[in-house]
Amino acid sequence: MRKLFAICTVVLVIVALWYAAAVKMNAKWAYDQAARAKVELSFSELVKDTWSQERPVLPAPHQVVKELWGTTVMKKVTSKRSLIFHGWITLEATLLGFAVGTLLGILLSVGIIYIRAMDMSVMPWAIASQTVPILAIAPMIIVVLNSVGIQGLIPKAIISAYLSFFPVLVGMVKGLRSPDHMQLDLLKTYNASKSDAFFKLRLPSSVPYLFTSMKVGIAASLVGTIVGELPTGAIRGLGARLLTGSYYGQTIQMWAALFAAAILAASLVAIVGATEKTVLKRMGMIR
Amino acid sequence: MMHHDFHVVSAKDLCLTFQTNDGPVHALKDVNLQIDKGDFVSFIGPSGCGKTTFLRAIAALEHPTSGELTVNGTTPEMARQDRAYGYVFQAAGLYPWRTIAKNIKLPLEIMGFTKAEQNKRVEKVLKLVDLEGFGNKFPWQLSGGMQQRASIARALSFDADILLMDEPFGALDEIVRDHLNEQLLKLWASTGKTIGFVTHSIPEAVYLSTKIVVMSPRPGRITDVIESTLPKERPLSIRDSKEFIDIAHRVREGLRAGHGDNGADNA
Repeated sequence: MRKLFAICTVVLVIVALWYAAAVKMNAKWAYDQAARAKVELSFSELVKDTWSQERPVLPAPHQVVKELWGTTVMKKVTSKRSLIFHGWITLEATLLGFAVGTLLGILLSVGIIYIRAMDMSVMPWAIASQTVPILAIAPMIIVVLNSVGIQGLIPKAIISAYLSFFPVLVGMVKGLRSPDHMQLDLLKTYNASKSDAFFKLRLPSSVPYLFTSMKVGIAASLVGTIVGELPTGAIRGLGARLLTGSYYGQTIQMWAALFAAAILAASLVAIVGATEKTVLKRMGMIR
Repeated sequence: MMHHDFHVVSAKDLCLTFQTNDGPVHALKDVNLQIDKGDFVSFIGPSGCGKTTFLRAIAALEHPTSGELTVNGTTPEMARQDRAYGYVFQAAGLYPWRTIAKNIKLPLEIMGFTKAEQNKRVEKVLKLVDLEGFGNKFPWQLSGGMQQRASIARALSFDADILLMDEPFGALDEIVRDHLNEQLLKLWASTGKTIGFVTHSIPEAVYLSTKIVVMSPRPGRITDVIESTLPKERPLSIRDSKEFIDIAHRVREGLRAGHGDNGADNA
């Protein structure tokens, strides 16, 4: 109850600040229009105008909500203007990229644990890969793959995987190395094989680390997909909605797409979180 | 090697040196010791005296630099492959994602026992450590003392003749420790196992052991081996007897002498 109250208070404060900012940032346009029409604007008229412009610098919250409502619930999902349609296009690539990225992260981490050469060499490259701006890499991947005839889902999923493998790699290396000396010695006293040590000790020990990484990874996946949709002039996906919005100064459309992306990301993280809770509970690792 | 067959563990001029950045550390130097079948041997001494290292060497977790060490008349590695010993560490080290029964099954799974045999053995050892009915609990549902008992059950599950225990009750409070000591003696009497037991506590060593090995550090070595004259039946009240106090006194003297030598070494 107290938590709910705290959250509501913060949301209210943000919304209030947002409305105030909308008045200030859209005022110039309202004054310009008024000057052209040679009328004086009263304060209440100013507020009314700034909260209902067609192409505001900063749309008011209710305009964004209205656009969200209109392009999700009120539109057929097959419509080119439906955010659900665009969201699904983005989600598809995100999930594929996330699956590939997670698998890649796990495989690399296992290699790092067991192969000395990989232990010495992979991590610096993995870190370097994340320091390169994704905005620079994404167009190159799109263009190169397009030239060999691959387009649509796959290139976006690759960019998405490129961002999401890293947190999984880092988390899993730590997780697979989390058993202490005593636990490893105990297995030695049973003459346990390396595969016993992996499947009975290292892998179960790493599960909590895996889920923590996956929560970061899936959010990164979504960012990667959206970035992958930007440079191609793609016509489908949340990234495309952002791009067309910016071409035509449709700020309300851009904000609606941004919120759709945020809601999608939050839902994905929540799903991973819920899965984490269920799995750890079934394993007996949380009470 | 025939002459070793009579001893469960036999160490002859055993040396074990660790190479560290600060130079070699002599964890064990010229250690000679025989442990016979059914012995309860305690190793006592200050940190760095090599008591744990010696136990680990028996378990083939450390490798002697020189000298001879046999377990059941063979090398420690071979003995391990023959499942000669169960090892109990200071922490219970139960897997939090396995129930108590599944934890006890861990070595049995690795050693390839059948499912039916696993279940039979779990029941048997849970009874031995007085944890019947707790098989389906997760470790966090048990107290520290119960967890350590479960880890002892795990070490007993595959019927090794030797039980090696490295300060198994060190992290527990005194009342729990007394209770577990009593239980351990019963378990030892009923199973006839040979037990190697590392401890910091003089009363614990005297109460439990048939043989007390007093060790001292730098270099790690044996300063005294005391054959206990206490009877095999030992109620907790035996700790107030004159015989008990006399043995405890001799252990304390041995520890003090070790420390004196140490001062002379440094000079």
